Amino acid sequence: MACVIAFLLLIELLPIVWLVLQSFKQDSEFSLHPVWALPKGFYWENWRLAWSTGHIGTYFKNSVLATFPALFFMIVLGLAAAFSLEVMKWRGRNGVLFVFVAGLLIPLQMVLLPLFTVYFHVHLINSLWSLIITYTAFGLPLTIFLMTGYFRAVPREVLEAATLDGASIYSAFARIVLPMVSNAILTVALVQFFFIWNDLLLSLTFISDDSKRTIQTGLLNFTGQYGQVQWGPTFAAVSMTVLPTLLLYLGLNQRVMRGLTSGSLKG
Amino acid sequence: MDVILRDRRAILVFLAPALLVYTAVLLAPIVWSLVYTFYEGNVLSGFKYVGLKNFHTLIHDHAFWTALRFTLEYGALVTVFQVALGLLLALMFVFYLRRGSALVRTLVFFPVVLPTVAVAQLFAKVFAIAPQYGLVNSGLHAVHLNGWIQDWLGRGNTALLVLVLMDVWRSMGFYAVLLYAGLVDVPEEILESARLDGASGLRLVRHVVLPLLGPVLFSALIFSINGTLKVFDSVVALTNGGPGQATTPLTLYMFNNAFSYGEYGYASAVATALSILCLLITLAVFGFARRDVTR
Repeated sequence: MACVIAFLLLIELLPIVWLVLQSFKQDSEFSLHPVWALPKGFYWENWRLAWSTGHIGTYFKNSVLATFPALFFMIVLGLAAAFSLEVMKWRGRNGVLFVFVAGLLIPLQMVLLPLFTVYFHVHLINSLWSLIITYTAFGLPLTIFLMTGYFRAVPREVLEAATLDGASIYSAFARIVLPMVSNAILTVALVQFFFIWNDLLLSLTFISDDSKRTIQTGLLNFTGQYGQVQWGPTFAAVSMTVLPTLLLYLGLNQRVMRGLTSGSLKG
Repeated sequence: MDVILRDRRAILVFLAPALLVYTAVLLAPIVWSLVYTFYEGNVLSGFKYVGLKNFHTLIHDHAFWTALRFTLEYGALVTVFQVALGLLLALMFVFYLRRGSALVRTLVFFPVVLPTVAVAQLFAKVFAIAPQYGLVNSGLHAVHLNGWIQDWLGRGNTALLVLVLMDVWRSMGFYAVLLYAGLVDVPEEILESARLDGASGLRLVRHVVLPLLGPVLFSALIFSINGTLKVFDSVVALTNGGPGQATTPLTLYMFNNAFSYGEYGYASAVATALSILCLLITLAVFGFARRDVTR
């Protein structure tokens, strides 16, 4: 059993450790020494090159600019919609919920071309807004699905007490209900973060201008240009894209694991 | 209270923005896509109505069927391995590790959150052959298995293997954690009484644990199938469908038709075919499971 654990540790960690080690090698080291040899020193030049000349810095900036606004809109719109679908009472709310949740089944491919056409005509191609809008819309089904579940657990008496005191439904929503589900909001935001941050298809389709590329497409372009020849900077670039998600994961791993798997189980 | 909860204007204020964005960006385009299947052309050169021509071409398109076969091969291989390995890991977590399992679970899960392009680039270097040997070829060279050194990504069947290996490496932790959550829900009393009856080890797993795990396992399979049939990121980042068309799944085939050949109509037909495929397979798995349960 200990062997199994050791083997597991090896196959999980070795690639990443190897990756980071290689990023510190100079060009000559690659051609002169076997690839598993340790680097001679910490050649940070690779990292600097990847960040500036390789534009990884720009790609990071764009990823942030595309991801966080989308997360914000998705959560705000999704929360409000989930609240109206779960807490408020009206005929047809189950039907509308179904329509939203059915969106989880929609393959990206069925939506890609019409969206491209529309964005093309309104000059949103090569603008991060095309991504923000699309990410927001795509995030709604899962957000609404998860949040309706969490709203179900909110005790109605609390809401009743608030409204008896003369508060409007809006302020009750904002001041009473939201804080109660803040934990859930964090989990949902985290799960959606990984989906958006790691998106490739949408960013590949809507962005071709290198200055607007996000992490995934940027890295793809980088390795296309430099990958074959400049191993050092390529490893540095890959390490740089791996580290943020890895650090985020290490910090919040229990939450991430629970969030990502519960989203799929319920679906 | 009830009056407040039935306030129509408030309902609209809460619901309308999401519903509008959703309908405009997700629902309307689906219908539009279906309409595209009856047209030829693209955004730059305009569209021309061609009726069922795209579907006719589809049926006789050799490249389409190759892509379909690859999609199914890939889907079957990756699903089987990632769910099976995930299950084995989950069983190990519950029956052998118990307390240490949290750490191992965290360890095994992390590749899931990494950007797919980064993982693909990593694996491309691990299996590289030029301008110098990657990790695998170097290793083979070191243990004098030079006959095995090859351009792993340069031939269709080995490229498929690397692709499958990469995706299983990445996702088995996800299924391990998913199935672990399901296993933990299996009531301890049932396991205890089964053990008292003499069941242990493999028999315990086969006759008691697996049936109780049924629903979760089933969800995991459906989720896996749907995900693997729509593979795009891994392929584009590792081989870009190559060599030639050898590792091109339907998603990439659709993408190329739209943006490399400028045929939105045909691409939409391919996308529709893919959607129908996913639906059919999901329904088939449902039907199979339902039959099993009633037995």
